[in-house]
Amino acid sequence: MSDSPAATATHGLELRHHFATEGQQRDSATLGMWLFLVTEIMFFGGMFCAYLLYRTRHFNEFAAGSRSLDTWLGGVNTAVLLVSSWTMAMAVRSAQLGKRKLLCLFLVLTMIFGATFLGVKAVEYHAKFVEHHVPGPYFDFKQEVKAGETPLPINLHTMQMFFSVYFAMTGMHALHMVIGLGLMTYLLIKSARGAYSPKYYTPVEMAGLYWHFVDIVWIYLFPLLYLIDVHK
Amino acid sequence: MATAALPQERKNYLNAEHGLRSWLLTTDHKRIAVLYMISITVFFFVGALYALLIRLELLTPAGDLMQADSYNRVFTAHGVVMVFFFLIPVVPAVLGNFLVPIMVGAKDLAFPRINLLSWYLYMIGGLLVIHVVLTGGIDTGWTFYPPFSTQFSNSRVIEAGLAAFIAGFSSIFTGLNFIVTIHRMRAPGLTWTRLPLFIWAQYATSVIMILGTPVVAITLVLVILERALHLGIFDPKLGGDPLLFQHLFWFYSHPAVYIMILPSMGVISELISAFSRKRIFGYKFVALSSIAIAVIGFLVWAHHMFVAGMSVYAALIFSFLTFFVGVPSAIKVFNWTATMYKGSITFETPMLYAFGFLGLFTIGGLTGLFLATLGVDVHVTDTYFVVAHFHYVMVGGVVMGYLGGIHFWWPKITGRMYPEFWGKVAALVGFIGFNLTFFPQFILGYLGMPRRYYQYPPEFQVLNILSTAGATILGVGYLMPLVYLLWSLRYGEVASDNPWNAAGLEWKTTSPPPTFNFDETPVVDFEVYNYEDLKEIPVER
Amino acid sequence: MGSIPIWPQQASNFAPGTDALYLFLVVVSLVMTVLIYTAIIVLASKYRRKPGVHPVQIEGSHVLEITWSVLPMFFFFAFFAWGAWIYFKERTPPQHANEIYVVAKQWMWKIQHPEGVREINELHVPLGANVKLIMTSQDVIHSFFIPAFRIKQDVLPGRYTIMWFRATEPGTYHLFCAEYCGTLHSGMIGSIIVQHPAEYQTWLNGGSSNAPLAQTGEKLFAELGCVSCHRADATGRGPILNGVFGKQVALEDGRTVLADENYIRESILDPGAKVVVGYKPVMPTFQGLITEEQLSALVAYVKTLSPSRPGQPAVAPGTSAPRGKNE
Repeated sequence: MSDSPAATATHGLELRHHFATEGQQRDSATLGMWLFLVTEIMFFGGMFCAYLLYRTRHFNEFAAGSRSLDTWLGGVNTAVLLVSSWTMAMAVRSAQLGKRKLLCLFLVLTMIFGATFLGVKAVEYHAKFVEHHVPGPYFDFKQEVKAGETPLPINLHTMQMFFSVYFAMTGMHALHMVIGLGLMTYLLIKSARGAYSPKYYTPVEMAGLYWHFVDIVWIYLFPLLYLIDVHK
Repeated sequence: MATAALPQERKNYLNAEHGLRSWLLTTDHKRIAVLYMISITVFFFVGALYALLIRLELLTPAGDLMQADSYNRVFTAHGVVMVFFFLIPVVPAVLGNFLVPIMVGAKDLAFPRINLLSWYLYMIGGLLVIHVVLTGGIDTGWTFYPPFSTQFSNSRVIEAGLAAFIAGFSSIFTGLNFIVTIHRMRAPGLTWTRLPLFIWAQYATSVIMILGTPVVAITLVLVILERALHLGIFDPKLGGDPLLFQHLFWFYSHPAVYIMILPSMGVISELISAFSRKRIFGYKFVALSSIAIAVIGFLVWAHHMFVAGMSVYAALIFSFLTFFVGVPSAIKVFNWTATMYKGSITFETPMLYAFGFLGLFTIGGLTGLFLATLGVDVHVTDTYFVVAHFHYVMVGGVVMGYLGGIHFWWPKITGRMYPEFWGKVAALVGFIGFNLTFFPQFILGYLGMPRRYYQYPPEFQVLNILSTAGATILGVGYLMPLVYLLWSLRYGEVASDNPWNAAGLEWKTTSPPPTFNFDETPVVDFEVYNYEDLKEIPVER
Repeated sequence: MGSIPIWPQQASNFAPGTDALYLFLVVVSLVMTVLIYTAIIVLASKYRRKPGVHPVQIEGSHVLEITWSVLPMFFFFAFFAWGAWIYFKERTPPQHANEIYVVAKQWMWKIQHPEGVREINELHVPLGANVKLIMTSQDVIHSFFIPAFRIKQDVLPGRYTIMWFRATEPGTYHLFCAEYCGTLHSGMIGSIIVQHPAEYQTWLNGGSSNAPLAQTGEKLFAELGCVSCHRADATGRGPILNGVFGKQVALEDGRTVLADENYIRESILDPGAKVVVGYKPVMPTFQGLITEEQLSALVAYVKTLSPSRPGQPAVAPGTSAPRGKNE
């Protein structure tokens, strides 16, 4: 860095040389993070557009595909993520109060829940693989029809579209979860070393914002993918 | 031409530290701007080389210089390199990075390390693209339309898509940095209406960068997923719609052209103001026009799709809205012209580039109206008319503005003056070369010569020859600054702090500035463009 | 090379209007350019730096801002309205037209006349008659561009797009593919040959021994088994196709759609997408089992089942096209 030695002595992480006050630094970080989350909304937004278009055009296929997903597992995952958002918020609170051990605990809990989510996702993906619901040359789909119901008229080729959208959206979401876990790992290490205090816990807060965002994306994905035309 | 050295005692950002590490690990926004300047210049000349190959092939009606497949890779490389690695980053990453903190009276951008990351992302994307080009290239056109790009192209689509994706994040981080800096780090007294118009322009550009770029990012990801994993999002055989790609792609790529032009317009405001020694006429209108262009620019994307198979009603709406986006641009041109009224004008190189911009952007912008007009667009879309239009605004607009800005702020960035005589010559050569290259293309387009053709009916040859002749002259106009600017680094006249006697915070600090920009944080108790407070410029600089 | 061409020939009903609008745009642009350039030159010269003369700081003028924002908008509305009018006409094919099917593929244009004649990269059309092109692609996106007619239309895989014109000048004109489609994009060119009606008739008669398109379609309709469910009375398992083309169709899910070329095509390839009200979704899909040319023939045939809709060329009488149901 091009800081002179004198500057580094007075300016630690709490107040870097180009900021006038700690408040300015914190406000800037917060604004920056929110702007980044806006870019993430636009990023996922493209896929939501694809979803919107194809669900409207190929409703039967989307309904049939949605029914083939395990709603129970999806629901469990939703609960898991919501709890993980709570533990993350508690982590931020702990940092704010200077409680290092609690901070580490809540970070670990958040990571456990995050990993649980990914584990359940892996189970679901495996099921899709085994059932040949993965788009590509080996794709096959047999509609599951409950007794007394008429099967939806579906086109096998178009059926792939539901799963393409499903894998693209949940896959991108899972990737963001993995990145989130990476962030948590970094924070955990730094927290254990006492890097954060009531005076400076901005990275924890920013990661918290990110984590909540990834959670909210799932809150949208779950009903849109799992709950189309649910059996009454 | 004696070698002049900077005064030994004066520490500035260039000599504060030495060695490659101090440059490659810098967080100083000014050094990062210089890093960008070097790398972007390299990519510009790579893209220009491809342009030369295109124009050489088009000298004759037959496809005789190279094979069809090669030509397709050449024009794609020209587009990809020029759009993603030159036009989008050039003014924000070079001039914006250097000037934004100084113009708002700050010591650096809000996130200096993210700024450096931004450059590394640009370089990684750039190296990927070079790798693509060296290992076979890509032949989809810079627009990557499926199903060709997803199912039929036999070229390095995934890698090229990845390169553009990574470069996109460079863009997003730059925009993010600028917005936070402009909002949170203005010096005391620097209210919004005291900001230079360059800052307003950068702000509007940054908004587009963060809202639009992620959409093209996900679009490229979906193309990559379709190609790599058979997730046929755009495949009609699987119920997909190639038009969905076009909508998603143009949702970014239209605002992207405003990312390109707005910063350049910001430069023009600074140049005309400085060389007329006047506050820009209609400051508030020009400032708000930048915002208007950013907002309305997001509402017009499907004017690229009038013959694509969209509904008639969609076409009508987008045509109507497209006319609105022309209004703020026109307002700016009128205000810049009006600024000269009762000004005190001189004609140094930067001002010549500003005139060039006014002349060429006027034509470029007016021909945009032709394309917004449905009945005419049906005939000229996908022809050389469009190629001429966008080169007028991109090259005639963005590049003229950039070169004007580089010359204007060269003393601030390097501490040296460029040679004024050669500056003027290059500006004139470029202007003439440019018009000769691209004006015939309007005629070719209306005649019906389609884009992306490497062979054409013989009656189109004369106009193509004129265009190629112009391109060689234009090339000279670009090589000259490369040569004399490099020359000036060692032999150029040492610059004073304010060689133009211009208004603006950047001229209140040394040339080049110290690492932290100001010895003391400025307090802004004066209006912007306060030429009434500045003395007349003395005869010698 | 001798002269430099500046203007393309006018050979369709759309050309004069497009050219007039273009000229209007050129004139307005020229005037604006001259005005701005003159202003710049005059101001730059009049207010060049003179010793002792100081610049006058002027904030602006609301009146000017409003004037030069609103005045251009009048011109913009004029451009928009005129352009929209031309576009609307271009996108609304007339009721009565020769319907010719175009299948694009890398890198050639395959043309099917309803009388059965086929062409590659050439399209013969009669002078003065409405021609409607029903186009699709076998692979990537192409675009059918006739500069002399001032029209183009992208040709997409998976659906039909329509373009229509009326040739007004006999001659041979360029046909270009105008949407980049791969290696030989610039080789995907051909000719539009406009002939006087009598000459065109002669050319048609001298053509191949292919059956008329609708007749081929009728044969396919039987061969592929369509006729077993789609009968002319209410005894079939599938909807009656007689009289359906061009009408609104009520679907099972409550929607109503227009039975156009794309509807017929989709019903063959993806029958479950739009199930007619009162019918079961039992029709098998023919995707992958049928070529684009066969689809064109079937569509052409179904159209002839609607007697109020002429699916036949509007040429001089005395043609060799079979009569009867096809009238």
